[in-house]
Amino acid sequence: MVKVNGKDLDIAGKTVREFLDEEEYPLSRIVVELNGEILPKAQYDRKFLDGDVVEVVSFVGGG
Amino acid sequence: MYFDNDECKRYARNFALPEIGVRGQRKLKEAWVLVIGAGGLGSTAVMYLAAAGVGVITIVDYDYVEESNFNRQVIHTQVGVNKAKSAEYFVNNLNPHVSVLGVDEKVTPQNILGHIDGFNFIVDCTSGFDSKFLINDACVLYKKPYCHGGATGTQGEIMTYVPGSPCLRCLMREIPFDAPSNEEVGILGPVSGMIGCMQAMEAIKYITGAGELLTGRLVKYDALETRFQTIRFGRDKDCPACGDKPSIKLSIDRYRPKK
Repeated sequence: MVKVNGKDLDIAGKTVREFLDEEEYPLSRIVVELNGEILPKAQYDRKFLDGDVVEVVSFVGGG
Repeated sequence: MYFDNDECKRYARNFALPEIGVRGQRKLKEAWVLVIGAGGLGSTAVMYLAAAGVGVITIVDYDYVEESNFNRQVIHTQVGVNKAKSAEYFVNNLNPHVSVLGVDEKVTPQNILGHIDGFNFIVDCTSGFDSKFLINDACVLYKKPYCHGGATGTQGEIMTYVPGSPCLRCLMREIPFDAPSNEEVGILGPVSGMIGCMQAMEAIKYITGAGELLTGRLVKYDALETRFQTIRFGRDKDCPACGDKPSIKLSIDRYRPKK
């Protein structure tokens, strides 16, 4: 299991990028926090999720 | 700097706070705050800054009030009026001790220095990432503290920059021109109200020295779940704005999408 934004998801074994692509997150305006640390974009392909706590943060630009 | 009878009564609850007191109130009265944008965020921020007793408030906005603004832009009452002028009118009625000026102008890479110069704190209440990044870059370049805010749909966010702290570009390198606008996805009044209120608080904290600023922290607000997330981040030494070798220049091309 992987905890994403407070919810348990059955996505263990996927890379961060695979998960983000499947959920159609807009890569240009998100930051991924992995176990409390910001994950650099270059590691999205390399990091396999398993038992992690992930926060996907989307930026909003309205006023 | 002294307070007259009316001010003493008006600010009695501020005086009573150990973190503010007469000393803090004096700092507020001496402070110059610039609010860029008088929409959903700006309406709320301006209202609370003026009520708190900030001495000088300037509001810059080139937009005009429309009916569709009324669900959240609570200080405006008349369609067709410039929003900065409308905000000026509101503040004059709310607190006559504030010197307020509304400026009907668009903030651009060419004129932004003229706008931010002389102010102690800047509150970014603009709409759209192009202007948000412009304010970030200009404040980093000219060493001005500012508070970033954003509200779209049912989500909001806020962070504060002071010289030496991480900036918006440490989190997001490039301007996401594809971000949806509030016209496209909607926006609820309490969402921009929450963030605008928190932005006013950041300005008050900066001016008075009370509490801990939101530097190196981005707070995200999910209004539907009532969930606050805090993302802690450090200064990126490779950041094009605040890094060790900054490369940002305030050119027009940088703030519009590449063709």
